[in-house]
Amino acid sequence: MNSTNPLELKSPIIQSKKVSAWKKELTIPKIIATILLILATLFFIFPFYWVVSGAFKLQTVATTIPPEWFPLKPTLQNWTELFKNPVERWMFNSFIIAFAEMAAICIVSSCAGYVLAKKSFPGRGIIFTMFVAAMALPKQVILVPLFTMLADFGWVNTYKGLILPAIGWPFGVFLMKQFAQTIPGELIEAAKIDGSSEIRLFGTIILPLLKPAVGALAIFTFITSWNDYFSQLIMTRSTSMMTLPLGVATLRGEFTTNYGLLMAGAALASIPMIAIFLMFQKAFTQGITMGAVKG
Amino acid sequence: MGTTVRKIKGYVIRDWMMSYLFLLPAFGFFLLFVAYPMIKGVYISFFDYSLRDFSFIGLDNYISLFKDDNFIKSMGNTLLLVVITVPIVIIFSLFVSMNIYKKKKFARSFFRGVFYLPAVSSVVSITVVWGWIYHPNYGILNYLTGLFGMEPVSWLGDTRTALLAIIVVLITTSVGQPIILYVASIGNIPTSYIEAAEIDRATPWQIFRKILWPMLMPTNLYIIVITTINTFQCFALIQLLTSGGPVYSTSTVMYGVYEQAFMLGHFGYASAMGVILAIVIGIISIIQFKYFGSDVEY
Repeated sequence: MNSTNPLELKSPIIQSKKVSAWKKELTIPKIIATILLILATLFFIFPFYWVVSGAFKLQTVATTIPPEWFPLKPTLQNWTELFKNPVERWMFNSFIIAFAEMAAICIVSSCAGYVLAKKSFPGRGIIFTMFVAAMALPKQVILVPLFTMLADFGWVNTYKGLILPAIGWPFGVFLMKQFAQTIPGELIEAAKIDGSSEIRLFGTIILPLLKPAVGALAIFTFITSWNDYFSQLIMTRSTSMMTLPLGVATLRGEFTTNYGLLMAGAALASIPMIAIFLMFQKAFTQGITMGAVKG
Repeated sequence: MGTTVRKIKGYVIRDWMMSYLFLLPAFGFFLLFVAYPMIKGVYISFFDYSLRDFSFIGLDNYISLFKDDNFIKSMGNTLLLVVITVPIVIIFSLFVSMNIYKKKKFARSFFRGVFYLPAVSSVVSITVVWGWIYHPNYGILNYLTGLFGMEPVSWLGDTRTALLAIIVVLITTSVGQPIILYVASIGNIPTSYIEAAEIDRATPWQIFRKILWPMLMPTNLYIIVITTINTFQCFALIQLLTSGGPVYSTSTVMYGVYEQAFMLGHFGYASAMGVILAIVIGIISIIQFKYFGSDVEY
């Protein structure tokens, strides 16, 4: 038996050689691709390096040509200068707005997402269609009428005006609905037979199951809120109501700009977001893929 | 018999009420802060609405818009921004994803993080550092091009380069999410498909064209749609880098809305701009779904 079919025994080896030979043919395109990838990486990292190194350069150094690639005499002067502005207040505003939006959006979205995914009631289809249709439009298109409405309420330059409108944006509902659909129906039925009330069922069974999605939505909301530059720009009037990014934008001079100072501000405005992203990268990546990638 | 039916009916109605109760907060906020402003936006676009006036003028805002050279230019810039940015974002993201999805977990997270960094940082931070890089006198870009003997260029101050300079920054802030999505979807494609093709000595291009691209179609559609919407929303970059100038060469419709409403106080006119922008986006979305969505089932 053994000697009858020597070729067949050999064939897997031949095949694997073929594959590896084919893979070797790829080396030159592969090298080019790797070089391009490294160049792109450097191109993306450089602005961040330039912010951080610039934050420790004096204005005279920052405006020297040829530029100093690395701050030879690092200084903290930009930072002391920066904190002469109400930076703590700006930071407090950014955080309070982001946290409030985050908490509110997570709560209303998980409730709504759950019933849209798991309950049947009249009007369900229409309501969900309304949410999805609104999401297809850029949020900023409604800013003018929204602003006139909030001005009528007297909410311009208040926390209410900065926080509440963002809760209406239906992305969170959509995300939670997508995720809640994966909860097996038997689990809900079983709890119902046990006689749990709807609110208890939601609190003890549904919410724990939605936890990964809530986490992703929380981080996503925080970052979106921190970066909602346009809304913050039109809703704030006074320096004390400004958020950190808005405040940093005011550090640009009308005629001459102190680049060291501006970079210190830029670094400060990005640190919280980058830190949150690095800490929760996994949950964040999940959140982005959850709404879009099937399977 | 009748009592049981009534009992069941009562139970069903109670269940509906409970569902409405759960839905109410989200739907209430949505109606007040999204749906109502949308309708109000259409309504006030028919009015001469400024700080002093509020009078019905029919279609006058729309008629003046189509005679407004700055608006036409802004619309042209917006469409140009979309037409250039979206394909580059798709190609670049696909290129990066194809090169990193096979890598070890740490390397994959590293690259994903690097390309996501501009999207996750404050848009103001990104903008101010690019403003410095592009600066005609102190910018590092002119220093670098000078090494190759090029004359210094006022990148943001020259009508020929300003929009291009904006597009470069816009692209760096736009590729993060597509890369995360592509890496995830390429990872979902069974490796046996690709291995089988490799054994059949398919070229990398064939593998891409015949296997990966069709299987990525749902992701492509999603990425095209979100990138298009994000590009239409591009505002902070323009407001902080060029304020729409020089001579409206970088003005977009979104920037025009800001300028008309919040700098000049023409709320009716700005709303009309918003309505036209929404219609344009609607048409583009339909086209995208027709072309890319034909073999996608949701």
